[in-house]
Amino acid sequence: MSNISKDVILQIKNLKLWFKVYQGYSKVLDGVNLTVHQGEKVGIVGEAGCGKTTTVKSILGIVPEGQYVIPEGEILYKGKDVLKMSDRDLGQVRSKEISMIYQEPSAALNPVFTIGQQMMEVVKNSAQGKGKSKAEQKQMVLDAIRDVFIPDPERIFTYYPIQLSGGMKQRICIAMAIMTQRDLMIADEPGTALDVTIQDQVHKTLNRLVEERNMSLIMITHSLGVAREITDSINVMYAGTVVESAPTEEVFRHTLHPYTVGLMEAVPRLSGGGIQAGIYGSIPDYLYPPKGCRFAPRCPHATEACREEKPLLKDVGGGHLVACFHPKEV
Amino acid sequence: MTTMRARKQARELQRALSYEAKRPTVRVVSNPKEMRRENAKKAWHRFSRNKLSVVGLAIVILVILAAVFAQYIAPYPEHAGAYTDFANSTKAPCAQFLLGTDNMGRDILSRIIFSFQGALKMAILVLVIAVPVGTCLGLLAGYMNGTWVDTLIMRIADIFLSVPALLLALAVASILEPNLTNSMLAITIMWWPWYTRLVYGVATSCKNEYYVVSAQLTGASKGHIIFKEILPNCLSPILTKMSLDVGWVILMGATLSYVGLGEQPPIPSLGQMVSDGARYMPDQWWMTIFPCLAIIIIIMGFNFMGDGIGDMLSKGDSKYE
Amino acid sequence: MPQDDVILQLNHLKQYFPAGKGKDGQKLFVKAVDDVSLDVHRGEVIGLVGESGSGKSTIAYSIIGMYEPTDGEILFEGQKIGRKHRSMQMKKDMQIVFQDPGSSLNPHQSIAEILELPLKVHKIGKTHAERMERVKELLTMVELPEHYMYKSPASIGGGEKQMVAIARALATDPKFIILDEPTSALDVSIQAKIINMLLKLQREKNLTYLFITHDLSLMRNIAHRVAILYLGKIAEIAPADTFFQRPEHPYTQMLISSIPVVSEEEEALKPAKVESTGEIPSPVNIPPGCSFHLRCPYVMDQCKAEDPAMIPLEPGHQVRCHLCQAGRTTPAEPN
Repeated sequence: MSNISKDVILQIKNLKLWFKVYQGYSKVLDGVNLTVHQGEKVGIVGEAGCGKTTTVKSILGIVPEGQYVIPEGEILYKGKDVLKMSDRDLGQVRSKEISMIYQEPSAALNPVFTIGQQMMEVVKNSAQGKGKSKAEQKQMVLDAIRDVFIPDPERIFTYYPIQLSGGMKQRICIAMAIMTQRDLMIADEPGTALDVTIQDQVHKTLNRLVEERNMSLIMITHSLGVAREITDSINVMYAGTVVESAPTEEVFRHTLHPYTVGLMEAVPRLSGGGIQAGIYGSIPDYLYPPKGCRFAPRCPHATEACREEKPLLKDVGGGHLVACFHPKEV
Repeated sequence: MTTMRARKQARELQRALSYEAKRPTVRVVSNPKEMRRENAKKAWHRFSRNKLSVVGLAIVILVILAAVFAQYIAPYPEHAGAYTDFANSTKAPCAQFLLGTDNMGRDILSRIIFSFQGALKMAILVLVIAVPVGTCLGLLAGYMNGTWVDTLIMRIADIFLSVPALLLALAVASILEPNLTNSMLAITIMWWPWYTRLVYGVATSCKNEYYVVSAQLTGASKGHIIFKEILPNCLSPILTKMSLDVGWVILMGATLSYVGLGEQPPIPSLGQMVSDGARYMPDQWWMTIFPCLAIIIIIMGFNFMGDGIGDMLSKGDSKYE
Repeated sequence: MPQDDVILQLNHLKQYFPAGKGKDGQKLFVKAVDDVSLDVHRGEVIGLVGESGSGKSTIAYSIIGMYEPTDGEILFEGQKIGRKHRSMQMKKDMQIVFQDPGSSLNPHQSIAEILELPLKVHKIGKTHAERMERVKELLTMVELPEHYMYKSPASIGGGEKQMVAIARALATDPKFIILDEPTSALDVSIQAKIINMLLKLQREKNLTYLFITHDLSLMRNIAHRVAILYLGKIAEIAPADTFFQRPEHPYTQMLISSIPVVSEEEEALKPAKVESTGEIPSPVNIPPGCSFHLRCPYVMDQCKAEDPAMIPLEPGHQVRCHLCQAGRTTPAEPN
């Protein structure tokens, strides 16, 4: 936690993104604001369909071409707007600056090549691996495999993805992501498809490597518990907007936004005490989103103002930002 | 600095903004009737997204209308039979005979329009027999997956599929009397295994879906499971294949009648017209070229429509439809 | 509240599946369930917890009749049942809700048709109109609006689909419902809603639930008793409260310490000493001795050779571990 610097590496400003669908344009992202500092581990927490994955995909420009428009917003990576970059510059960012880990590790590995072949390919095209001898490149790969706590890297090097378990595959994906020096890692629910004991191991490995290499991390997760264990700060997303953003401890100590409160209450506790009622209603239809605050139709504290005007993220002190007219406690 | 990417994005954004400004803000789907209408609209949207499908549909409709109303559409309906007018024989396309005449002096256009009847009749009859037979056998084999019934049905289907289709049809048609009924019979015999295979594939995977398991566990009958749970899932690939197959059956029929095993003269058929005209190539080209074009257009029409039906019925990623 | 009479009893249930042949030509088996004995009392919510490959779903499928048990017996209300031997009455009394709501509803039927099937099969309601009345009742029971009966599964959300699946299970007025990870594919806020509804129905109708899940913190809040499965065997079984206060089996401790939690209070409940290591081995090659010994931080020589037996610690609390045999209920420092 100590290596968070003041340098902002990524800043998303009021990003809006519409998907083209049959009846019109689905307004999925509605003004996302997100800041990532050098060396910071940022969590994006929210339920399915709230735009977490779309947000990070738009950072890398990998939302399907021709299917969307961005009416507003900027994504500044090291001060340059990713949305305005040429295809070549964007390619540079994708291959040299930012790496990504996906939820489904088997989809990220090609089943017809060995782990070694696939990792060598990454090394060959990286700044660090270029111009080195084959033996040196292989050594880099083996070191990376050893780094993610897989015993016997020489043997794994010759394996095909199908010979590995889900947890192993996810570790290989992490190894590929950290092998070449990148500045930002995006992890899209890396543990969700895994068993709880394996998920714990993978998260610990990821956490350790990111800290050792002083990388920044954007961790997408639907689980507040996972976010609490890994991240330095949390952004809670609801229906395409960041509704609450604060240092992790602060989010759990002073939960302000009614949505975060509802989410927090719905988590089953290890200490028992039954389960709360959950949050009334469901995510809005993005084709016809509510006019004001997108959470208003589900919110127990909503007033006329909430239904008319969209609340913006406001600092309520201590770096705690909340987008609500009636935060629970200030 | 404006890059290509930025300019393209700006264009798409303009389109999106103007579209959104016009779009009504309320959509009411409250009762089943309206829901069906909404579903039909959606289906048409998916079908018509590919313009070729619409072209195909238009061709198919025109061909069917032409076949049904041949009597009224054809300029010389009597030319469809045993009619001779040697005064007008082998006339090139002109105002009187738009596509020219053949060696008997019969109008090619009229004969093409009438030959649609035979072609469609053949396609419909072949599919009406082959599809239900093939589907039922495929469902049975798929449901009894792993038993001797499955093995028996699928091996028989394999045997039929291993015989070259045209050869079998030729053999059957030449053993029996060469006429439309027999060539249809021949084509039907080699056509059903395709449906058995198609349905078998869907049924075996469908059988392991939880909704089928759940129906079994609650004690539903075999008939219910096969026809109510599994069959509806096979319908979309069957329909897609059927509309593609109409074209292929017509082509097969034309091939058979080209070698004289189909519809017998004087009833017009496209294949036979092509073969008759071939003797007069290249001088009286219209006698061959126009029936050929007719065959090509029909087959293309059904194929394009088939692709469209496939698009319409596929339950793809609804996010990007 | 649980009563004394046993509604379902598993006696040394074994479920093996052939898995080809080994190097020396002998037949190999996946021992998905290996000698599991369990009593389920009427009116009880019993949790079956395990990671993937632990055999928890296989147990459910054996009970509901998708497989014929390799060995051992399943008794439902005192009657022995197998895949083939079950009366219509038994099919009516026992229902299952599957994990994936997407695949458990036929996409080509309307909700009304889906809910009508069990009614038709079990002759509940003589006419179509009567059955439709019952369908409406069922939808109300799971807190869905009545007009949902005209919808198709594709047009409703994942949580709503699962509610329909639950309504279908309730249609025949069963006594015993198997819930196979009913909420694991859903978000927590929807999970909370569904769990609350399930618990309400359980109390109202005095239902018995066999609740299968990988989520221990969920179990903490809803189950009367919890059984932990590891590689087809029960590792530990105890009433829910004791279970979380005094987890005895090292695997249980590892599971609990792996759970990401949201409060300090919960953090304090975690046994801190056991860190997760290794992975669950393939059920074809189950290690000799205790199947957990490869991952166990307290492994002893005895564990590598001998498979421990179930040891009763106190009423209702049983553990399969040599450490407890030795009388050391709280293990010493890890090796």
